[in-house]
Amino acid sequence: MAGFLPKSGAESTGYRGLVGPLLLPTWVMVGVFLVIPVALMAIYSFLTKEFRGGVIWDFTLAAYDQFFFNRGLFGDEPPSIEWTYIAIFWRSVWQAGVATLLCLAVGFPTAWFIATRPAAQRGVWLFLVTVPYWVNLLIRTVSLKFLLRDNGPLNGSLMSLGLIDGPLPLVNTDLAVQLGLFYSYLPFMVLPIYAAVERYNFALSEAAADLYASRWVTLREIVLPVVRPGIVAGCILVFVPSLGAFLAPDLLGGAKTFMIGSLIDEQFKGSQGNWPFGAAVSMILMTLVMIVLILYARAQAKAERRS
Amino acid sequence: MKGVRHYPGFLAMTIGCLVVLYAPLIVVTVYSFNGSTSITQWGGFSWRWYADVFTGPEAPRFAAAAWNSLTIAVLAATAATAIATAAAVAMVRGGRFRGKSATFALINLPLMVPEIVTAVATLIFFSAIGLTTGYLTILIAHVTFCIPFAYLPIAARLEGIESSYEQAARDLYATRAQAFRLILLPLMAPGIISGFLLAFIISLDDFIITNFVKGAGMETLPTAIFGSVKQGIKPNIMAISTMMLAVSVLFVTLSYFINRSGQKTRA
Repeated sequence: MAGFLPKSGAESTGYRGLVGPLLLPTWVMVGVFLVIPVALMAIYSFLTKEFRGGVIWDFTLAAYDQFFFNRGLFGDEPPSIEWTYIAIFWRSVWQAGVATLLCLAVGFPTAWFIATRPAAQRGVWLFLVTVPYWVNLLIRTVSLKFLLRDNGPLNGSLMSLGLIDGPLPLVNTDLAVQLGLFYSYLPFMVLPIYAAVERYNFALSEAAADLYASRWVTLREIVLPVVRPGIVAGCILVFVPSLGAFLAPDLLGGAKTFMIGSLIDEQFKGSQGNWPFGAAVSMILMTLVMIVLILYARAQAKAERRS
Repeated sequence: MKGVRHYPGFLAMTIGCLVVLYAPLIVVTVYSFNGSTSITQWGGFSWRWYADVFTGPEAPRFAAAAWNSLTIAVLAATAATAIATAAAVAMVRGGRFRGKSATFALINLPLMVPEIVTAVATLIFFSAIGLTTGYLTILIAHVTFCIPFAYLPIAARLEGIESSYEQAARDLYATRAQAFRLILLPLMAPGIISGFLLAFIISLDDFIITNFVKGAGMETLPTAIFGSVKQGIKPNIMAISTMMLAVSVLFVTLSYFINRSGQKTRA
């Protein structure tokens, strides 16, 4: 999502005629190995499942029907709404939402603090915040699990300090998954907010202060509306990957914290799998994500037109 | 006036943020040097779990996984960097052309599709065309999702290079190939190196997509670690984790300094 559309206007450096050949590898790689697969996945979601994994080429709505409707054990009862999968989606949205709010609560002060350092120091602070992101996500999640375990270092030190009597049950809870997602994507929140605060004109805050606005009133009434695009971008960058996350819910959560990622994963494992259903769940997840991204792009285009 | 920039508690939050980010990593690093077999008790400093990784019963499995991870990361990052460099030259130096915004969307598509969806789609594709999942399918998938990560720093760097250098070279009768090789490529080098390093780390990092398209019996380090962790976190896993952590930190630090020196030469 991060990126920019290059400005045109680089003149006669002689690459105009080479555009096709230069872009061909990109078109082929992404086209053949991502666009076509996604299209194929859409088709697979309308096929009939085969019991050993894989599909039979008979078109049916069975996968979507299974997602939304309950027709009883033998499929002959009148359909009622099936809540199992909707509940899993809702839980994923909830978990991703809480993780996003956690990231915002910690990320905003951090981004603000870094952006208000002298220019020479900012790079180092940003570097410190981004390094953990480049450490393998699996390793980070495992490390967090190790830290939060019942007889792990966190519970151990809390108990030896006498703050708690028995270990706090942290792993396999909603909180652990939220912490895991928060930990996975926190830098995504800090960076866009930092970029917005860095461009913020502090004369606005000074004007507000001169007019006797308190710090926090200034923050709410002046700063937040100005840096909002950065906050929204950060929230999307955290929310979207959290929604389809697999590692944090799988390693830190238990059976009760089942999320979309695990639901999809399960459909492609061994003979228990159901490929068309897995494809359908993926389609629904992707649709959800695309809706979020389109709404965001629209809001941004509108904001740009206004300014 | 410094006052309006200062909010009480924000420094504490920043420090809290860094503690949260680093505490788990530091704890695992420390415990990887634990001499005790129990992961709970501290049994003094020791290298035994590092020795275990290289000579213990699981050593061949980890060695094979590490070799796969490393070779896939090198090959995928190299291919993605080459593809992304060509794309960046076309996008930044190619002027206006039809389908430019569509191409831009295509380059960034791997970042927009949720990873697990890419994993499912790729598995379905390979199964539909009858390609057996294994080393090759992992490599293809990795090249594809590494492209945007390689592209971003390269394009950002190229954006900052004025075309007057190449134009001067062309005016002095350099061919297009000479102008590219002798002028543009050296100027782009910091961006290309950063792009390569990021793609390399991203490839090394990937679990979900690899796990879907790896096939039976094929492991990369993340999938091997995941398999082990499912039975509980053992000390040798912490030793491997610490080594991978060190590699990541080394690469990011390199990338950071290369970028910084790049910015200095530009200024």
